Amino acid sequence: MKRLLSTFALAGAFGLAAVGGSFAQDKAGKLQQVKAKGFIQCGVSQGLPGFSNPDDKGNWAGLDVDFCRAIAAAVFGDATKVKFTPLSAKDRFTALQSGDIDVLSRNTTWTISRDTSLGLNFTGVTYYDGQGFMIRKDKKVNSALELSGASVCTQTGTTTEQNVADFFRANNMQYEVIAFATADETIKAYDSGRCDVYTTDRSGLAAERLKLTNPDDHIVLPEIISKEPLGPVVSHGDDQWFDIVKWVLFAQVNAEELGISSKNLDEMLKSTNPEVKRVVGTEGKFGEGLGLGNDWAVQIIKLVGNYGEMYDRNVGPDTPLKLARGTNALWTKGGLQYAPPIR
Amino acid sequence: MADWVEPAVKQGRTSFMNDPKVRSIVLQVVALVLVIVLGWMFIDNARENLAAQKIATGFGFLENTAGFGISQTLISYSETSTYGRAFAVGILNTLLVAVIGIFFATIIGFLVGIGRLSKNFVIRLISTCYVELLRNLPPLFQILFWYLAVLSAMPNPRQSISIFGEAFISNRGIVVPRPLFGEGTGLVLWTFGFAVLATVLIGGWSRQRREETGRPFPMLWVGLGLIVGLPLIAMIVTGFPISFEKPELKGFNFVGGVRVIPEFVALTVGLATYTAAFIAENVRAGIKSVSHGQTEAANSLGLRSGYTMRLVVIPQAMRVIIPPLTSQYLNLTKNSSLAVAVGYPDLVAVFAGTTLNQTGQAIEIIAITMGVYLVISIITSVIMNAYNKRVALVER
Repeated sequence: MKRLLSTFALAGAFGLAAVGGSFAQDKAGKLQQVKAKGFIQCGVSQGLPGFSNPDDKGNWAGLDVDFCRAIAAAVFGDATKVKFTPLSAKDRFTALQSGDIDVLSRNTTWTISRDTSLGLNFTGVTYYDGQGFMIRKDKKVNSALELSGASVCTQTGTTTEQNVADFFRANNMQYEVIAFATADETIKAYDSGRCDVYTTDRSGLAAERLKLTNPDDHIVLPEIISKEPLGPVVSHGDDQWFDIVKWVLFAQVNAEELGISSKNLDEMLKSTNPEVKRVVGTEGKFGEGLGLGNDWAVQIIKLVGNYGEMYDRNVGPDTPLKLARGTNALWTKGGLQYAPPIR
Repeated sequence: MADWVEPAVKQGRTSFMNDPKVRSIVLQVVALVLVIVLGWMFIDNARENLAAQKIATGFGFLENTAGFGISQTLISYSETSTYGRAFAVGILNTLLVAVIGIFFATIIGFLVGIGRLSKNFVIRLISTCYVELLRNLPPLFQILFWYLAVLSAMPNPRQSISIFGEAFISNRGIVVPRPLFGEGTGLVLWTFGFAVLATVLIGGWSRQRREETGRPFPMLWVGLGLIVGLPLIAMIVTGFPISFEKPELKGFNFVGGVRVIPEFVALTVGLATYTAAFIAENVRAGIKSVSHGQTEAANSLGLRSGYTMRLVVIPQAMRVIIPPLTSQYLNLTKNSSLAVAVGYPDLVAVFAGTTLNQTGQAIEIIAITMGVYLVISIITSVIMNAYNKRVALVER
């Protein structure tokens, strides 16, 4: 009996110790954790051409993917030290909250409720987007205001679900919404004719359209019914990591503004322009403030490129998505991309 | 108890832990305390970490405006309703699939199960193929098959299949005329209720008489006559107060009528046919468990094979069939959460999906959702256990 009791007590103590161990909060900062494990775990989509999409060999490509590589370039000086976790729209925030991923770079719209009640921080805007509608040409619809009575396919767990409700309600139109768990299921249902309209961000429309049987049979309606600033997200509570992710994007935008690209980087390292010198680290020690090497921005530009290069490579006019810069042009060229200065 | 005598030989002093009663109480108390402490630690830890990360907590969100649409609502719901209302819509949609799915799964399951024991080779072959095909394919795959291969292949609303110009089948679902209740409907409904009540009462009486005297009573015909006949007479008397609103093609889709969305059809048909395959095996096992001597005895009394099955074999088989049947009902209910794959707005899709994503309150929402499934399952079990008690063989 005594033996049984002591076994019991021992088991209980072990249980408590184990639980206590797992309860202890991570004291080391995200940067130290990331450096210790040797790679960045980055949450991306399950396949959205142009933003995050695996090719037939399993290599990820896209704007959101390149952004994660840029963080890896800044932290490790090696853009390949990233592992990608494909996430559905529904699961993305939980993955970040639970610490499964270090950064979420998954065409995620920045809203106040997400920023304040989910325990997350949005670090910036990698793509200024807006929600649109796609419809079959043979429906002969030219405006979203003619959509009363339509069935609308969308993805669950997105801002689009609410935007579409707002839009139809504001315009006194009837509709039926069918929400699917993944983007693939949604586009399949639209392609099969279950819905009259497919709605998501306009960049998403351009990307998903490529998956349709006959992409040319469909048009994107002119109305933009919402603001969708898409950007990377990190967890609350680690200001250093927040700063790093934020400034990786700012460095890319500043680099484009100053004309520093992966092609002319060697010349730029010899530049006498003080603004350029601060970006490439030949003047000042801004990398240290972030806890990184002084060549952090050089590594980003060398291994991934500036913002414009990243855009053109993945979603620009020469890609299947054929998206013009539009609102994503630099502020100096009439767009919205504007980064605080590196000084 | 007064004449209880102290044992003559007093045993040596022993630890109180040797008393099995005391020991079991102590161990149970220790276990209970451990469970409570652990549970409290989990809850406290979660609360602390959520607060540290500034993640919203509590159940206040149920009062907030949901702001999203739902394609099938059994109660009135709009985008301005609360998350709490959306939660109720989700529960009802889950229950609708569960109840209708269970109904059809039971009917198909019994037919196939009896079919597997049929003397007719073709029926036996078809039943065997049904069971082996459907129970060996994953349910999600079957639901997707119904949704993508069968229902999506239906024509679009403009070319829909018309059934006598009253109902229409298209890739948007099935639309049937909506009954409109005019003046006098009350009387018709009352007579209908009365007919049902009368049928139940007469049924009880006829059963008792049969058990006492052995004289049969044509219950089926009397019941049918009452339930169909009485309301019909009431309809004629009140001058047909129930009219129908015909669905009409307007713009993108049908307007008016009642529409059954394809997501619901795919999910219910997929789950019912899948679960029926398991029920069929339960039924077959139940029937097999009844000794063949019972059938021979019934035959020698001159009962026809249909009567033998209905009056002798099935009642005895039920006690073997009911417990696993309960499990299948629970499986069907829980499998209804596969709805999210075809976009059917069940509890998981609406509440643990969209609502969770919009509010981010994962712990509360998942806990509530688990609670709902638990309650539904326990209620199902209680009902089935009560039924099982009734049909259990009373041993004399």
